[in-house]
Amino acid sequence: MELEAAKMIGAGLAAIGVIGGGVGVGIVFGNYMTAASRNPSLKDELRTYAFLGFALSEATALFALVIALIILFT
Amino acid sequence: MATEEHGDEAAHGPMEQFEIKPLIDLNLGGYDISYTNSALFMTLAVICTFSLFWAATRKRTMIPSRIQSIGELMFEFVAGMVKENVGKEGMKYFPFIFTLFVFILFGNVLGLLPYSFTFTSHIIVNAALAVFIFVAVTIIGFATHGLHYLRLFCPAGTPLPVAIVLVPIEIMSYFIRPVSLSLRLFANMLAGHVLLKVLAGFVISLGIFGIVPFLAVGAVTMLEIMVALIQAYVFALLSTIYLNDAVHLH
Repeated sequence: MELEAAKMIGAGLAAIGVIGGGVGVGIVFGNYMTAASRNPSLKDELRTYAFLGFALSEATALFALVIALIILFT
Repeated sequence: MATEEHGDEAAHGPMEQFEIKPLIDLNLGGYDISYTNSALFMTLAVICTFSLFWAATRKRTMIPSRIQSIGELMFEFVAGMVKENVGKEGMKYFPFIFTLFVFILFGNVLGLLPYSFTFTSHIIVNAALAVFIFVAVTIIGFATHGLHYLRLFCPAGTPLPVAIVLVPIEIMSYFIRPVSLSLRLFANMLAGHVLLKVLAGFVISLGIFGIVPFLAVGAVTMLEIMVALIQAYVFALLSTIYLNDAVHLH
């Protein structure tokens, strides 16, 4: 197999890791919606935590994306 | 990088927008300190911030005018965030957090204009900001708590078997902070702008059916504006949370 082709496949495989981040972000915001609809008075307080959870779970997905980019562009 | 063979291709590719071009060549003692398009947009971000807040605070009235309420909205948003997360003691760091927030916000939003340059899509810019925060938080932590700051890695009341596992994890998660803080902003901006460029490329090549990607570009641009706001917020939020760790040990 050519090196270039192997690189492309590797980058594609590395990008699979983004799935986890998508699921994680969905869970964070889904549960925020549930919590906010059960207790609307806590909505503003919970939003900080929702965005914090979003940021932390998204970071793991972005690590996978960065690996894919490193494979492609080095 | 294989720029020689793909030179022409890269000129119109999705990565072309991230190229740093020197506008004024400067050389100081062997170091290349050229004024680049990246530096130009940083200057623009500062000028925009300055003029916005100059206009907002020029005529201060009890009932705010439109521009004044924009300024007040941003100010109170960040002030509320700092007060909520760090408390009263944190308000002395508020100017720094607010500057950081507005600088990143304008960097992200200015980058969405056509033919502009997004300096936050370069990891070196974000890394410089994140490393500064990391070093500052560490210094503040040691200055306020002395060696007790190391308690951060081992919360009180942890049994020894747990501590053996917990302490390395806590130390690692502490040192990964600047990496994840800068990578998050960088990867979000990079991925968003590449997506916009790729979609925009489809508009021309699909002819009459180009209306579909054209509408998609509009929707993605709106999404990108939201991402630009959220990422500036998240960067400032995480900085305040790291600051909170340093001011009050958790």
